[in-house]
Amino acid sequence: MRLVGKAAIVTGASRGIGREIALELAREGASVAVNYAGSEAKALEVVDEIKAMGRDAFVIQADVSSADSVTNMVKEAVERFGKLDILVNNAGITKDNLLMRMKESEWDDVININLKGVFLCTKAVTRQMMKQRSGRIINISSIVGVSGNPGQANYVAAKSGVIGLTKTTAKELSSRGITVNAIAPGFITTDMTDKLHEDVKSEMLKQIPLARFGEPKDIARTVIFLASEDSAYMTGQTLHVDGGMVM
Amino acid sequence: MADVLERVTKIIVDRLGVDESQVTLEASFKDDLGADSLDVVELVMELEDEFNMEISDDDAEKIGTVGDAVNYINSQV
Repeated sequence: MRLVGKAAIVTGASRGIGREIALELAREGASVAVNYAGSEAKALEVVDEIKAMGRDAFVIQADVSSADSVTNMVKEAVERFGKLDILVNNAGITKDNLLMRMKESEWDDVININLKGVFLCTKAVTRQMMKQRSGRIINISSIVGVSGNPGQANYVAAKSGVIGLTKTTAKELSSRGITVNAIAPGFITTDMTDKLHEDVKSEMLKQIPLARFGEPKDIARTVIFLASEDSAYMTGQTLHVDGGMVM
Repeated sequence: MADVLERVTKIIVDRLGVDESQVTLEASFKDDLGADSLDVVELVMELEDEFNMEISDDDAEKIGTVGDAVNYINSQV
């Protein structure tokens, strides 16, 4: 176990990749604040699983696109754990549409959660991490933020923005012992990707050199790497965890 | 008043590693005391803790000298 005694917040941790990240952090010994926006029951299940491992965990409802909500979340986590070592900015939504058809609200909603949310959560944890002179911020971007993807102008813009934000935050905080890195997952099997049409899926599979879709665990293990001492000499980077889709 | 200046001075000396004699009311954190932008952010954080107050981002941006900090704190207590 590589994260014994560490305290983490994972946003959007009730389902999908976030859920697996929260569980994996706990398996490595960390205490975890399990953030959710709407699915309280699912978030409680994650907390129960973590507690069964003998680790501390609690659920915390917060809308990551609201500054007040985020400030309260971080405050509560710091009060509960007495410290904060790891932030995983995972919360995200999709509202896909062709650019020509995309409503302004679809654009705004995705940018607010997927990009502004990362800014707000990062800003909120920085105070505590600067005091500690250490911290790990891990942003979940997406491979489409690197490659582009038709029908996802809002999502791609947000995820690409996260990569730029990662680099700037890394530069601003490096002197205080805080590293900031991003992960760009490829096609990972979750509720979000289950919605895709079968034809789309089989077409995507052809573009993956490792010839399989990813599992949430593939991303969670990369988070552990970025949260642990093993990645101490890395900051501002974006790791493609996509089976080789985008090189 | 003197007490506030004393406490502020101690924080600045500890944080920036400057000599106490350099910490005058006119001294600019960046120009005279060798602080970078992030140092100033951290100083403001420490002042918040020391004086148990919250300094908004807007107000914090106006704090450029030791005197600015002392005046701000005095105006709040």
